[in-house]
Amino acid sequence: MSAKKLNLKDKYRLLTRDLDWEYSYADRKKAFPYEEFEGIKITDWSKWEDPFRLTMDAYWKYQAEKEKKLYAIFDAFAQNNGHLNVTDARYVNAIKIFLTGVSPLEYQAYQGYAHVGRQFGGAGARVACQMQSIDELRHVQTQIHAMSHYNKYFDGFQDWTHMHDRVWYLSVPKSFFDDARSAGPFEFLIAISFSFEYVLTNLLFVPFMSGAAHNGDMATCTFGFSAQSDEARHMTLGLEIIKFLLEQHEDNVPIVQKWIDKWFWRGTRLLSIVAMMMDYMLPNKVMSWKEAWEVYFEEAGGALFKDLARYGIRMPKFVEVTEKEKEHISHQAWWIFYNYGHAAGFHTWIPSDEELDWLSEKYPDTFDKYYRPRWELAKKMEAEGKRFYSQALPQLCTTCQIPMGFTEMDDPTQIAYRSSDYEGEKYHFCSDGCKHIFDEEPEKYVQSWLPVHQIYQGNCGGASVEEVLRDYYKLNLGADNLDIKGSPDEQRWKEWKGVA
Amino acid sequence: MSKVYIALQDNDESRYIIEAIEQDNPDATVIHQPAMIRIENENSLVVKRETVEEKMGRDWDVQELHLNLITLGGNVDEDDDQLSLSWNV
Repeated sequence: MSAKKLNLKDKYRLLTRDLDWEYSYADRKKAFPYEEFEGIKITDWSKWEDPFRLTMDAYWKYQAEKEKKLYAIFDAFAQNNGHLNVTDARYVNAIKIFLTGVSPLEYQAYQGYAHVGRQFGGAGARVACQMQSIDELRHVQTQIHAMSHYNKYFDGFQDWTHMHDRVWYLSVPKSFFDDARSAGPFEFLIAISFSFEYVLTNLLFVPFMSGAAHNGDMATCTFGFSAQSDEARHMTLGLEIIKFLLEQHEDNVPIVQKWIDKWFWRGTRLLSIVAMMMDYMLPNKVMSWKEAWEVYFEEAGGALFKDLARYGIRMPKFVEVTEKEKEHISHQAWWIFYNYGHAAGFHTWIPSDEELDWLSEKYPDTFDKYYRPRWELAKKMEAEGKRFYSQALPQLCTTCQIPMGFTEMDDPTQIAYRSSDYEGEKYHFCSDGCKHIFDEEPEKYVQSWLPVHQIYQGNCGGASVEEVLRDYYKLNLGADNLDIKGSPDEQRWKEWKGVA
Repeated sequence: MSKVYIALQDNDESRYIIEAIEQDNPDATVIHQPAMIRIENENSLVVKRETVEEKMGRDWDVQELHLNLITLGGNVDEDDDQLSLSWNV
């Protein structure tokens, strides 16, 4: 007679309960030294439950299957010159931002989960963090493999780890994760598992990847959706984590709320670059940033926060500002990059007439009034041979590190400007949200490595901007930067496509 | 009322899973987008192993859903026979 097969629930229980052990001769507190300092109270770790009840044997089995499918597609993509099938050469610039800005975050997530997974006293939490850590390592690896094909044919992909550590706009995503990883283990989970994975990553991986498919980029769509199949699991854990913390002790509620407030705002600022990728960098459009925000934050997040209300959790602070920002943020972000296109590791451009019309249609209340005239002016100046690049280095927000280009949302012609004084120094912010985060933890944010400050302090080499870009950032000037018009990327694309 | 949702890669396996979901959740809305299919429903949604097996004509493990899953929203509960999504109302 064969042994009875265990069902899913029993298998998971055996993995997460009976793999743990009692500390008979060692001090438990010394084994888990980071578990208490944040003020979070855990009364019973055994209440932690993965709703998917994924055990290691099933994890390896399904992850192996995902990888086989994914790499078969990468092979097919490379063997069939998949780069020639994308809508046009402009599209590839969104992928350059992905490799330099997002893929290194996957690596940071891998390190972060490996670290916090060690710090939790509960076996269920440790197993979940271990799986997620391995997932994140898989994500960075598959992304590097997928994009290595583009590196053979386009500029801007060659030195992405170096660029991530140094280039001004890449300090935005880098500092976001540095902030999360230098927090305690519970804050890290609320920051990444809940606020980022559950509330916000859908906006990057779902409509944008669907957009990649719509623009003929089989490799990116496939790694994106393959990663997202793990993310669906991470999101579910994010929700379970927050419920677990709130059910463990009522004292956890205000601490968790404070972290939700902070990380929701940090996340929305980080996503302003995704907003611009969706509205300006996909030649074939799937949906506007505003529509994506409405579906994936307002609707999905609204349902989520209604569900959490029974614990005493409310919507994140400053959520009302984001309701207005969805009308503006992508336009303001792309304008910043158009102004600093000489200092970016990807190409910029003026939207085509059809694209301007699409933006007018998608943003009827704001685009024609505030943003279309700027592009018409840029077009006119370009035609007159007066393409304008801002030469002054921008002031950066101390919290999100984005150049101070966002406006007051009730007055979109006025740049928003906030400041705080701390120990005799003045610090500058792009918004009430970023100022609030600084004011809560000034001793952390006064240490921010702000790229513009660092250049002025002489820590980035050279006396001129050109030397910083060339020698410190390692940009191939004249190839990686400036407009797509007249770039080597564009020239090669035209040759491949047989157009003059 | 709050909507739960699930999105799957648009491929031959998902086609049967979607058919099964439609059968077990008659009020669900199916939305086709490039390379993906999104299904949403008020408050709850269930994916039943038995129905998927009937559509596919083969054994199907609920955990196989992970291979084609893109995203979901709602409280998840999974066992050997089904995966369900719900919001507490």
